[in-house]
Amino acid sequence: MSDNTKTKGLGMKAKRRLGDTAIYIILIIMSIIWLTPFVCIVLQSFRVESTWQVGYVVPQKWGLDNYTGLLNTDFVRWYGNTFLMAICVSVLQTIIVLCMSYTLSRFRFKLRKPLMKFMLILGLFPGMLTMIILYRVLKDMGLTMEHAVPGLILVYIASSGMGYYITKGFFDTIPMSLDEAARVDGATRLQVLIQMIMPLSKSIIIYTILTAFMGPWGDFIFAKYISFNTSAGMNVAVGLYSWLSKDMIASRYTMFCAGGVIVAIPVTILFMCFQRYYVEGVTGGSVKG
Amino acid sequence: MTKFFKAIKNEVSDFFGTFAKGDFKTRLSYVVMGAGNFLRGQLVRGFIFLAFEVLFFIYMFMGLGGNSGCYWLSMLPSLGKEGPGEVYDEFYDQYVYAFNDNSFQILLYGVLTIFLIVAFVMSWRANIKQAKAAQETVAAGKKLNKFKDDLKSLVDEGFYKTLLALPVTGIMVFTVLPIVFMILVAFTNYDGTHDGYVTNLFTWQGLKNFKTLFAMNGSGSYGKIFLGILGWTIVWAFFATFSNYFLGILTALMINRKTIKFKKVWRTIFVLTIAIPQFISLLYVSKMFDKSGLINGFLLKWGVLSTPYDFWGHAFSARLLVILINIWIGVPYLMLIATGILLNIPQDLYEAAKIDGASPTQQFRHITMPYMLFITGPYLLTSFTGNMNNFNVIYLLSAGGPTNSAATSAAGSVGYTDLLVTWLFKITTGAESQYYMASVIGIVIFIVVSIITLVVYNLLPSNKNEGDLQ
Repeated sequence: MSDNTKTKGLGMKAKRRLGDTAIYIILIIMSIIWLTPFVCIVLQSFRVESTWQVGYVVPQKWGLDNYTGLLNTDFVRWYGNTFLMAICVSVLQTIIVLCMSYTLSRFRFKLRKPLMKFMLILGLFPGMLTMIILYRVLKDMGLTMEHAVPGLILVYIASSGMGYYITKGFFDTIPMSLDEAARVDGATRLQVLIQMIMPLSKSIIIYTILTAFMGPWGDFIFAKYISFNTSAGMNVAVGLYSWLSKDMIASRYTMFCAGGVIVAIPVTILFMCFQRYYVEGVTGGSVKG
Repeated sequence: MTKFFKAIKNEVSDFFGTFAKGDFKTRLSYVVMGAGNFLRGQLVRGFIFLAFEVLFFIYMFMGLGGNSGCYWLSMLPSLGKEGPGEVYDEFYDQYVYAFNDNSFQILLYGVLTIFLIVAFVMSWRANIKQAKAAQETVAAGKKLNKFKDDLKSLVDEGFYKTLLALPVTGIMVFTVLPIVFMILVAFTNYDGTHDGYVTNLFTWQGLKNFKTLFAMNGSGSYGKIFLGILGWTIVWAFFATFSNYFLGILTALMINRKTIKFKKVWRTIFVLTIAIPQFISLLYVSKMFDKSGLINGFLLKWGVLSTPYDFWGHAFSARLLVILINIWIGVPYLMLIATGILLNIPQDLYEAAKIDGASPTQQFRHITMPYMLFITGPYLLTSFTGNMNNFNVIYLLSAGGPTNSAATSAAGSVGYTDLLVTWLFKITTGAESQYYMASVIGIVIFIVVSIITLVVYNLLPSNKNEGDLQ
């Protein structure tokens, strides 16, 4: 770059500086657009003078009323439900995904290719289609409405084996010769997995846990259908959504903002701490397909 | 195809050959499963086979604490005959209301029984193969594997069986079974009123529901609504995918430009949008554009508008907004992905281009873009089909609205931003709960997505000439 600018003189330099300035301006504008909603939601969560939507951002009267008010609503229950689901799902789903992707990456058995093709085809069906029957079966088992949490955990983890692509792609990059060397030394496949592959795959395991943990916080369809309008069985997404309905929004809007902030804080902190692993997983996964 | 027939031929000749060449123990295992194993000393393996066989026949003919498998199978063609009615109850000495046959259970257990029969036939075949293998091992004078060896193999050579057992069972029970069930529902008249509300009985309808979906005439016909929604679904998926894709790459290029400082700060700002749970950002932004929301508030204050504009109440503005807000949601992901790929483009390509005097625009067009497209082809395809089924963004932003008054079917109204999936959801949860139409639409979505996937996948450069860029 520097050679180029020297030979072509000042014109090139000025051009580059102009380009830089333009990019800085664009990036600043984009940052403002991307951050505005979050600034607004935080500011409005501290607004005390009214609970409905208003046409301004900065509160006239500040206070924590919306946050303390949350404690007297079902929000506490929703938060507990979601947290419990997130913990269970992140543990169980990680185990299932690891089993699946390790097998498909390391073993060559007769049904391997058919199994992968089969799962690919299954993935083309809209997941929502299974909702009706799952609801009926869970209802017969007593795992809907206020007891929706165990039912939802079951639904989330049961089919998670189909999400093996990214982890398998990572395992594929670990040379098979490592496995073979260990096997020659007398290690069983189980030992290879636990003592060799797992330590090498720290980043992808953290990625799997992180995405699994974030899943229940954002799930809407299944949580809505299986909790079936019963407040006690809702997760935060469905619960907070119900506060924005036509007859609730006037009294709950600022509390929705406060609830949103409370939900976003732990997830965001966790995400920011493990950002590096997430970026690795996302970029690696898309490159390898 | 010939390979397939050859496999069948081999299978058949092996099946009869084993019987012809087998000794008494092997032949016995054609009737008594596991006989070829436990008579030769492989006790546990043999008895597991036998126990499965016994349990299977008890289930089929007597039932395990419920109706027998044969009962469910025999009810499958009719899906139940006796509707609800009054039944005399001796204990209370009065007539009580009883639902009698339950079509949902009949269909569910019928499908389950068929699954079981398939599993039984497969393990019966496996049992014969095992008997043959055991016979051959003994004949060769080698030692047979004991149960202890089998267990050891499950953490070693056969470790994949152990690892796959749980995930595959989960997929079978919670994905395959429901999908098979729902495909069958598309050929019935199963809906809310046939689901315990009025009666528990529903019946086979043949292709009637598919004809209903494609019917073009009459008021409340599905055909036109379906075509309208399908059209918008594809338009939406196209714009949602490619707007994110190109803007994401542009953002990544801007941030990664050598002379730009604070790269980490810019990146963190965008990553923040990924970190915050999507439903919060979507719901909040949706309300910002509400008739009494923030945007209208500011537009009124600044005098741009004199009366609040209903962004979600007009077809065009609602459609434009969902695409724009989707950019806001999706660009950060693409920025991350594109950054990862950009850093991997071999730098010597650019050096060579510079020596040849290529301008930055030319470099972008002839090096960066082809490389990106090559690497991200499969990703683009999955994100296109993913967007076709992007329930959350549409439902949380506009809930499908504004309502299209010209498109009201028997299953309720649809809106201008409704995708096929949100329509499916609305039909399922609507007043009539027309489950059968929901499954018809689900099948249609599957067909559309499969066709797109198949066609595009074969066109992809990364599939055609692998290694072109390496």
